[in-house]
Amino acid sequence: MSNRTTDDPVDLEELFDTDVDHEPTPRRVQLKRSFDLYVAAPARVAIHDWRALVGMLIVGAFLLVGTVGVWLVEQPISGDAPILVQPFQDLSYILGTDTLGRPIGAQLIHATPGMLKMIFAGAVVSIGLAALVGVLSGFMRGNIVDTVLMAVTDVIITIPGLPLVIVLIAIFQPESPYVVGVLLGLDNWPGLARTVRSQVLSIREDSYVEASQIMGLPTSTILRRDIIGQLMPYITVNSALASRRIIFESVGLYFLGILPFTSFNWGVLMNLAYQGGALTDPQLLHWLVFPMLTIILMAFGLVLLSQGMDSVFNVRLRARHATTTGDEATGEE
Amino acid sequence: MSTNYATKRVGQAVFTFFVTVSLSFFLYQAMPGGPVEALKNMILSQQSTSAGTVDLERINRLVNLYTNLEPDAPLYVQYFQYWASLLFEQDLGRSIYQNEDVTALIFQRVPWSMFISVYALVIGYAGSIFIGALMAFKEKSRFDSVSSVLMIVLNSIPYYIVGVVLILFVAIRWGWFPYGGRAASSLTPGFSPEYLWSIAYHAALPVFSMSILGLGGALTMRGNSVRVLGEDYLRVAELRGLRSSRIATQYVGRNAILPMYTQFMIGIAGVLSSSVIVEQIFSYPGVGLLLYQAIQVRDYPLLMGGLIIFTTVTIVGILVADLTYGFIDPRISAGGDDA
Repeated sequence: MSNRTTDDPVDLEELFDTDVDHEPTPRRVQLKRSFDLYVAAPARVAIHDWRALVGMLIVGAFLLVGTVGVWLVEQPISGDAPILVQPFQDLSYILGTDTLGRPIGAQLIHATPGMLKMIFAGAVVSIGLAALVGVLSGFMRGNIVDTVLMAVTDVIITIPGLPLVIVLIAIFQPESPYVVGVLLGLDNWPGLARTVRSQVLSIREDSYVEASQIMGLPTSTILRRDIIGQLMPYITVNSALASRRIIFESVGLYFLGILPFTSFNWGVLMNLAYQGGALTDPQLLHWLVFPMLTIILMAFGLVLLSQGMDSVFNVRLRARHATTTGDEATGEE
Repeated sequence: MSTNYATKRVGQAVFTFFVTVSLSFFLYQAMPGGPVEALKNMILSQQSTSAGTVDLERINRLVNLYTNLEPDAPLYVQYFQYWASLLFEQDLGRSIYQNEDVTALIFQRVPWSMFISVYALVIGYAGSIFIGALMAFKEKSRFDSVSSVLMIVLNSIPYYIVGVVLILFVAIRWGWFPYGGRAASSLTPGFSPEYLWSIAYHAALPVFSMSILGLGGALTMRGNSVRVLGEDYLRVAELRGLRSSRIATQYVGRNAILPMYTQFMIGIAGVLSSSVIVEQIFSYPGVGLLLYQAIQVRDYPLLMGGLIIFTTVTIVGILVADLTYGFIDPRISAGGDDA
């Protein structure tokens, strides 16, 4: 890729980046190339992989519901509708209503933004920490930074997450979905940090990284150009899995009633239905079942997405689908 | 096994224990208003005798009794004493609501939690190794693709939802299994066959729903086995004319399970975590349920004690797994430093 050198002051990099024989590539072509590389080719691969496609559709649908859906459907209030309408009876309350006459469907929709915020905060924290710790300690292998970081990682792997999170919740009583997400993310990162570290270790041994080091490129450039790029597949695939874990744990804690009930949440719905005796009373069953199905659907989407992403990031497969890679790609195939 | 490796692992375990206890000490300090303020009202509401008088001296004594913290002393003395009472008296403080020693309360229940957790872990991982290996041997067959999708679906269902569904159908609708408790209350505890059978019968559903956690490993196992099946040494083994059963267990199985072992170790913490939720759903009286009840009434000493005990159990589990890892993979104890 001979077109992105602008942000590096180091002259040495010119060696690899600019072909002095060539004329500078026009901006339009550059844009077209990046679009093809980063948007078109992945999209084309994704369409051919049913898992990525279905996963993206499901996750996209949840994003849509969490943003646009909240505007379209009114926030449910007690007494809005007749109580305990059974599902698929009335078109305005397709999923039925609860004992206070709140439509289940609307409650599920209004719980979505909170869930998305939680997932976002949790995934950013856990993936960010994992990548930072993993790359740093992998690159500094053997020195004190590595030793300390790995000791911390091993300690956190060992402490059972849920009891720790429960104690933290008991003390701090978090209400904002962002804070809940961060707390849940805090015990999620160590496993991935270890994986990232061993990846970094094996990439470091690769000859092209060694070559960069011999040429005297600064560490920051090697990290950015040679290592982070290789790690992106792991990081993306694991973001989806981390998100799934955040959903499972947060809904579980709301379901048990350990997190304070502040707004609509799928777990809160399950809790109310469960406490109300939905297991023994068939009249209440839909109140419990639809939140459960929603959680499973979202998790299913995320798992599919993570599996599909694997193939999207497969470089060979992607090169075949890209149209502008031209000469540069042929060497690789 | 080299002693160096063992020492390192034991050192790691001790360090983790140290961090956990320190963490619980600092969490006490992090409570809004510090431990004294936070516990004062709680203790006062429990002590009906002297509701009117707020005697700071007495409150401090009670805080000390419940939490092992000496509120007047400087922080480092408190920290030291917290450790001293834990190490020399095996004292984790006193439950505010049940008015019993935390250590006693928890140790009554640890065996029950361990019982269902260990079985869940073993069943989950054995199942995933078996299914994963089968999928790899029949790669690209109908069985492989159907079970791949099935595993993805299973991965998307939280274990507690599995528990709820099991209670709904298997326990309530069909009445095949009990939906709560650890044994039938009509039986007297002891080593009678009826009582033991009742324990197993009551544990079946919680164990099954927790083992779902481990089943996620099937896809990993499949990937590992497929990779091993393509290795050259397998061809050599075939050419040498070894029996296929020997190839399957000694060559493929052994090498494919190795990476799973690390997952298994991390799984110990996961399964113990999940017991908090599962035990509540099945009202199974283990440590998890105790913690659940503690959080309902903000019984901080019990919560901290639970955290410390849970972590200790995990530390021991991981240590045992670490030390035995050398038997499975000789390379580890020979000095490789990355798993």
